[in-house]
Amino acid sequence: MSGSTENAGVRVGVLALQGDFREHIAVLRELGSDAVPVRRPAELASVSGLVIPGGESTVMDKLSRIFALREPLVAAIAGGLPVYGTCAGLIMLSDRIVDGIEGQQTLGGLDVTVRRNAFGAQRESFETELQMPVLGDAPMHAVFIRAPVVEAVGERATAIGTLADGRVVAVEQGNLLGTSFHPEVTGDYRFHEYFLAKVRAHSLTA
Amino acid sequence: MTNGEIGSSRVKRGLAEMLKGGVIMDVVTAEQARIAEDAGAVAVMALERVPADIRSQGGVARMSDPDLIDQIIASVSIPVMAKARIGHFVEAQVLQSLGVDYIDESEVLSPADYVNHIDKWNFTVPFVCGATNLGEALRRINEGAAMIRSKGEAGTGDVSEATKHIRKITSEINALTSMTKDELYVAAKDLQAPYELVAEIAETGKLPVVLFTAGGVATPADAAMMMQLGADGVFVGSGIFKSGDPAKRAAAIVKATTMYDDPDTIAQVSRGLGEAMVGINVADVPAPHRLSERGW
Repeated sequence: MSGSTENAGVRVGVLALQGDFREHIAVLRELGSDAVPVRRPAELASVSGLVIPGGESTVMDKLSRIFALREPLVAAIAGGLPVYGTCAGLIMLSDRIVDGIEGQQTLGGLDVTVRRNAFGAQRESFETELQMPVLGDAPMHAVFIRAPVVEAVGERATAIGTLADGRVVAVEQGNLLGTSFHPEVTGDYRFHEYFLAKVRAHSLTA
Repeated sequence: MTNGEIGSSRVKRGLAEMLKGGVIMDVVTAEQARIAEDAGAVAVMALERVPADIRSQGGVARMSDPDLIDQIIASVSIPVMAKARIGHFVEAQVLQSLGVDYIDESEVLSPADYVNHIDKWNFTVPFVCGATNLGEALRRINEGAAMIRSKGEAGTGDVSEATKHIRKITSEINALTSMTKDELYVAAKDLQAPYELVAEIAETGKLPVVLFTAGGVATPADAAMMMQLGADGVFVGSGIFKSGDPAKRAAAIVKATTMYDDPDTIAQVSRGLGEAMVGINVADVPAPHRLSERGW
């Protein structure tokens, strides 16, 4: 795979407070990067890109505050660090949320409004094929698990993936990427490659 | 409106993947469910009685009242699980109809069928099942379980059985990874599990579904030990709401589960938690009353 050599030495973090961080680390390592779990501010400072995995956004929010990661994360995002959020990670990256719990905070960065659990209970969770022009012609197989959707895309963000019913499930804004679904569980690594290209480009300019 | 395929294995197993590194807490009221969510629970288990009370009060333990489950679903935004009796497929149908996110086919309730477990492939909602060893885990997966929890001995506050079961499952997995193909046929026979699943585990070195630990976890250090022993997350039953300060203990167990390999953090969160649940030593529970022996 071409990624294996060009990503060598690229140090990428995966926020490992809770959720399916091991799956992301495995995909990023398969693509040749040096992927590490991030639970502490010093670990965050050592990476040139970050993935926020699927999990429970309410739990990630609390733990990021408890373990003093919230402020460094907000600063890193403001400073242009490439960050990719899947599902709960998309919620963490969005500027505005609907149906959060009382007091729930996000890190922000993506100029979007996201609705939590937009499809309902687990029995409504589903998988489908999605057209994703930024990744090429082949559709992406996408798994939605108690997934959020992007209800409103602000001026600075761009929708890059939508469901058949028109709802937005993938967004991009500069170095930030967010998806309602989980490419880390399907074996299609194109989204992670797309993210790593941003990380490499950012490392060259930084 | 359909956006895609619901109820697939990937979708069912996927929710458990998202719960990893988290704590699932037993709750008996909407108020407790909110306390659990505020403390950082990744999901709640809706029950009428926690296992410690089932144990002390005796009688037949069944699925919870649908009104109670509705109230708990309405009160939190995190996933809600509920228990059906082993083999009671109609209780499971009811729980699916109520919209719970996961069904626990649980030995904590009185079994409804002493021969058959529920055929879990028939459901859109995913199931978690208990296991004391690898063979039992694989039989449940073969029946459609999308998540496994080691059983421990629920309602005791004694973590020794949980330790025994997680160690047993992980050591049996490790043993498979070093076997030759002809040995795997014998292993499948000895485990009383399908050869295809046994061969898959020999290759990957792990279960094809998420493995949590349950039964007797009562302190932050208990939770962290389960994580260090290879659990993907923990269930805490009676250990939280039978303790002196549930909100504080719940939050401390959540923190210890995330920082399970950091003794300084575990020490810090273990301070000032008030009384732990009183507890019963498993050795003092006569054999016919041990819940972990239910299920086959």
